Amino acid sequence: MDVVNQLQRQFIDNSASLHREGFLDDQFTQLQKLQDENSPDFVVEVASLFFEDCEKLINNMSRALEQQQGVDFKQVDASVHQLKGSSSSIGAVRVKNICVAFRSFCEAQNREGCLRCLQQVTHEYSLLKNKLQTLFRLEKQILAAGGSIPGVE
Amino acid sequence: MTVERIVSETKDPFPVGMRVLAVDDDPTCLLLLETLLRRCQYHVTTTSQAITALKMLRENKNMFDLVISDVHMPDMDGFKLLELVGLEMDLPVIMLSANGDTKLVMKGITHGACDYLLKPVRIEELKNIWQHVVRRKKFDRKDRNNSDSKDKPHADSGEAAGIGKADNNVKINKKRKDQNEDEDEDLDENGHDNDDPSAQKKPRVVWSVELHRKFVAAVNQLGIEKAVPKKILELMNVEKLTRENVASHLQKFRLYLKRISCVANQQANMAAAVGTADSSYLRMGSLNGLGNFHAFAGTDQLHNAAFRSFPPSGVLGRLNTPAGLGIRGLPSPGTIQLGHAQNSGHSSNDQSKLQSLVPGNHNTNILQGMPMSLELDQLQNNKGVTHIGELPTANSTAVFPVSGSLIDSRIAGFSNNSLGVTSNSLMLEGSSQQATLHASNLRDGVSSIGFQNVNTLSDFASIDPLSSQLRDSKADLQGQAAPINCNAGPMIRSVPQEWNAPYQSHLMSCSVNSSIPVNGAMVQLDQCLDRNNSIFHRTMDSDSIGPLNFVDPLSIEHSEGLNSAAMKPPVIEKEGYLMYQPRPHGNHIPDNIGSLEDLASAMMKQDRDKGNPTNGNFGHNSYSHRTCI
Repeated sequence: MDVVNQLQRQFIDNSASLHREGFLDDQFTQLQKLQDENSPDFVVEVASLFFEDCEKLINNMSRALEQQQGVDFKQVDASVHQLKGSSSSIGAVRVKNICVAFRSFCEAQNREGCLRCLQQVTHEYSLLKNKLQTLFRLEKQILAAGGSIPGVE
Repeated sequence: MTVERIVSETKDPFPVGMRVLAVDDDPTCLLLLETLLRRCQYHVTTTSQAITALKMLRENKNMFDLVISDVHMPDMDGFKLLELVGLEMDLPVIMLSANGDTKLVMKGITHGACDYLLKPVRIEELKNIWQHVVRRKKFDRKDRNNSDSKDKPHADSGEAAGIGKADNNVKINKKRKDQNEDEDEDLDENGHDNDDPSAQKKPRVVWSVELHRKFVAAVNQLGIEKAVPKKILELMNVEKLTRENVASHLQKFRLYLKRISCVANQQANMAAAVGTADSSYLRMGSLNGLGNFHAFAGTDQLHNAAFRSFPPSGVLGRLNTPAGLGIRGLPSPGTIQLGHAQNSGHSSNDQSKLQSLVPGNHNTNILQGMPMSLELDQLQNNKGVTHIGELPTANSTAVFPVSGSLIDSRIAGFSNNSLGVTSNSLMLEGSSQQATLHASNLRDGVSSIGFQNVNTLSDFASIDPLSSQLRDSKADLQGQAAPINCNAGPMIRSVPQEWNAPYQSHLMSCSVNSSIPVNGAMVQLDQCLDRNNSIFHRTMDSDSIGPLNFVDPLSIEHSEGLNSAAMKPPVIEKEGYLMYQPRPHGNHIPDNIGSLEDLASAMMKQDRDKGNPTNGNFGHNSYSHRTCI
């Protein structure tokens, strides 16, 4: 019981901080609400997909931006656009915001700006991934200990 | 889309269970979307590839009710998918994108998306997407019905059924709109009778010549105005023919009549006015009632001008073509200008064309005109108005009335009456009279008109001869034209009685406009003939009937029928007016006889083909009305 409470408290703290720091927004909460007995691992699934996707896109972008001959900004833009879409779907606010800036650099065909953004995106993504993984771990532990996941709010 | 729909799950669980196809290359979004949709109790299928989606959709069109697609996809542009789905499957498509730029949204809408959602998608938004399915079903049905019969108040019978389960039907129906239109026309006509949504396909009835003849006879017997499907059916006494079939056929017939009368009028006018205006004349305005026969301007100038000024009636969509064959339907009274639908450009052509009847006019103007004449005839016949005969002035006058009415017609009046195309002869006659307008034109017009009528009614049979006669008669007409005009006026007035007042007015106006008011009719005939296209423009409905179909609705099948109908080929001898002899051509008026020429040729062909019963379908019968010349 104590363990569970502790875990739960941790969970709440983590969630709160994620939200507070702008890593996640309400969309994530919606995702959590969608999780039910029919899809108990929904959030984890979506997050996993997101991470995979993110990595793929970041790779695409860095490859494209590294082209010495000439950067295909259209391709970079397409990747950014997609990243923007998935990050907003999961509620990854920070990542999304960077994407917005990233896109304008693409339009301006500013390679430097793009590279900077790419760096930021990579950074934010890593941060988010870690925090979410911690959160998920906590969830599992709570459930394993017989507790229930406290609502974010 | 009422709440009750959702509530009444017992009867119709829709929107629960609505089948959605979700397409998005982003796995995260796709999974989210799928989950959200499932949460809304829809049945979801997902794919990350647009190509796969298309394949799935093509395999079975009825598998889905709705498609949600991302805009940015690697293998295919979302908009492209949207277009394809809309065209091929006619399903509602919702676009999804992280980018909410107004431009993009606009693009989505113009490509046919029924909605545009922004990512991240919220469940609240997805909860309402079923409205698009319902809306489409409703509209499909309505459109289908409406198109058939301008505004049939067809209720939701179809829609209701269509919704939900009948999705397929609706969709299918929509796709087969054209086909169904014929079948569903009865819906329009007698909406009440047909409770079944188009979903219920009845076996198509082929209106053979014989059948059509019976039909026309019945119609004539009853009188175009009194001809109701039920009575017609009784009179026809044909087994296995339903009231709906008759209603549908009647509708087409009426349109046809309208068209021919318009055309006739136009031609006459045109011929008179323009002499050449082939196309315009025939524009006689969609017979449907466009009655824009402005064209009666008679004189050449008028002709051109008339046509030009003739605002293409909406109905005559085809007529509207730039050629503007004026003859769009008989213009409202007073505007009888030769209805030169064709305004500009064509007028000159038309003029020359008129004579040749082979106007290049585009669409059916001519045709339209023709039908009018036919209609007039019909009217006359039916009502016994053979005004033609009454026309004091030579045959021409007689012709006039016919044509006048036809032309004036706004043929709307006529066609509705579906007086039987038999009026072809009348029309022709009338037109011939009017032909005096341009003597040559008239001739052509008359002939054309004749053709047209014939074509449509398949009675046009005599178009060919008409044309020649018309030509000759043209000269005659000219002489007669003068007198005719005068006579025609009044005559026409009388003629239209049956059809509609508009006719009269038109006629009158025709005369007013051009010296050849009546001529206008004649001209129209010419034009009509020439304009095969225009006249046959079946006006508006164009559903399968192609512009030239004057007769489409009617004629095609009526070919023989018409002949037997009261159309008595009046005046034929004279100027060959519209020789109303019902040509068995089966109205081969090619559907889109672009120009009078086509029409004329169509007509000619018909002549040649005499004896070819129109195909039983109204559909595009190739009215070879071409040129009666």
